[in-house]
Amino acid sequence: MTRDTQDTVRNPLLSFSRALSAVVWKDLSAEMRSRELLSAMLVFALLVILIFNFALDLDPKTRQESTITAGVLWVIFTFAGTLGLNRSMAVEKDRGCIDGLLLAPVDRSAIYFGKTIANLVFMLIVEIIVLPIYSLLYNVNLFQPGLLLVTLLGSVGYVAVGTLLATMAVQARTRDVLLPILLFPVVLPIVLGAVKASGGFLDGIEMAEIRPWLNLLVVYDIIFIAIAFMVFDFVVEE
Amino acid sequence: MQTKPRLLTVLDFVTAALFVLATGMVFFYAPLEAVMGQVQRVFYFHVAAGWVGMLSFLVAAIAGVVYLTSTNRKWDIVSLSAIEIGIVFAFINIVSGSIWARPIWNTWWTWDPRLTTATVMELIYAAYLMLRQGIEDPDRRARFGAVYAIVGFVSVPLTFFSARLFRTIHPIVIGTNEAGAEGDFDMTPMMLQTFMFSLLTFTFIFADLLWHRIRVGRLADKVEQLRLKTIE
Repeated sequence: MTRDTQDTVRNPLLSFSRALSAVVWKDLSAEMRSRELLSAMLVFALLVILIFNFALDLDPKTRQESTITAGVLWVIFTFAGTLGLNRSMAVEKDRGCIDGLLLAPVDRSAIYFGKTIANLVFMLIVEIIVLPIYSLLYNVNLFQPGLLLVTLLGSVGYVAVGTLLATMAVQARTRDVLLPILLFPVVLPIVLGAVKASGGFLDGIEMAEIRPWLNLLVVYDIIFIAIAFMVFDFVVEE
Repeated sequence: MQTKPRLLTVLDFVTAALFVLATGMVFFYAPLEAVMGQVQRVFYFHVAAGWVGMLSFLVAAIAGVVYLTSTNRKWDIVSLSAIEIGIVFAFINIVSGSIWARPIWNTWWTWDPRLTTATVMELIYAAYLMLRQGIEDPDRRARFGAVYAIVGFVSVPLTFFSARLFRTIHPIVIGTNEAGAEGDFDMTPMMLQTFMFSLLTFTFIFADLLWHRIRVGRLADKVEQLRLKTIE
């Protein structure tokens, strides 16, 4: 027995975190080589901005209220997010990787949290690129700490539910159309809370009025991470 | 299993009698509401249908939890049956509400928290049916159904809460109204009796339909198993 394995046998937390980081690292390094997921999400995000630009008048000078900015941003994130979630689970399914993952002698929740963290990283990368582009195009400053916090909280909840539902959706016959149908009605509180909170920060509304929305996001995140953690076993069981 | 249980037949008749009686009470026993007039009578069945909708989804979520812990197919049938009934009654709830809202709020629809939540609920459970349709393996279908019934049900109160952070105009007949609720009224004892009786009646309808639907579900299950056997 090497020292490494001795350590892991003694400390279950250590073995969990090792399995977790292995899953995350696997996803990130696969993405580094192929770049198919991020590039698809990014191009899609830009296309959504383009379409909204002509469908709605996005110029903040003509549009006084900043709810439109917050709204468009979250539509971009949710749509691009679905694309990413679908792809990330479909890759596992198509190449039989998920079976390999499940055969590994690690806790199933390590797989769930690993996939969730990897998906969160992809989503945050997309957001970090979309925010400055949007700021530049429409001449609004989106780099406010409050807005970044909302983006993070919203993405965590979105990805936590999304990873669970995407795991189910890819195993169904109608998988490509199924994920948004399953995900959007469940994730509505996140979209609502995130849009209102980001709009509040952009308008410079008092913190006391934004706080209920932030609380909502935090509560949602906690509840759904807990539920996904409990039921993920049943979703991947053969 | 093959023969219909005696108790179910009794329940059928009791439910039918209650429903006739409740309809009679709504139209002839309950007094006419002073401001809103006849259209207020929709309220009794409107709330009762909403109650059955919520009850069904609660039963479905609980049956989902029990299925995941016991993996007894019986509970999957209960969950699916409850959701199908819930979808129908939630829809009755929405439609009857719209009929009431047209003269009272002067619009068929508004994005009020309750209305939003009711719509999202319908969409969640429509998605539930689509999810089940897309999966052939019965065990996997049951597991995924149970998981989604739980996830969906937990998200409903959060949706309601988030939509409620916007101001509401929907009247709360039981409990205190927020300022700005349009179309609220105080119930007279006779109205309250009619209302409670409608709730009771609809609960009976729910139990009766659920029982029938579970029996159908069991038969469908048997057919599916026989079919899988012949394929093998």
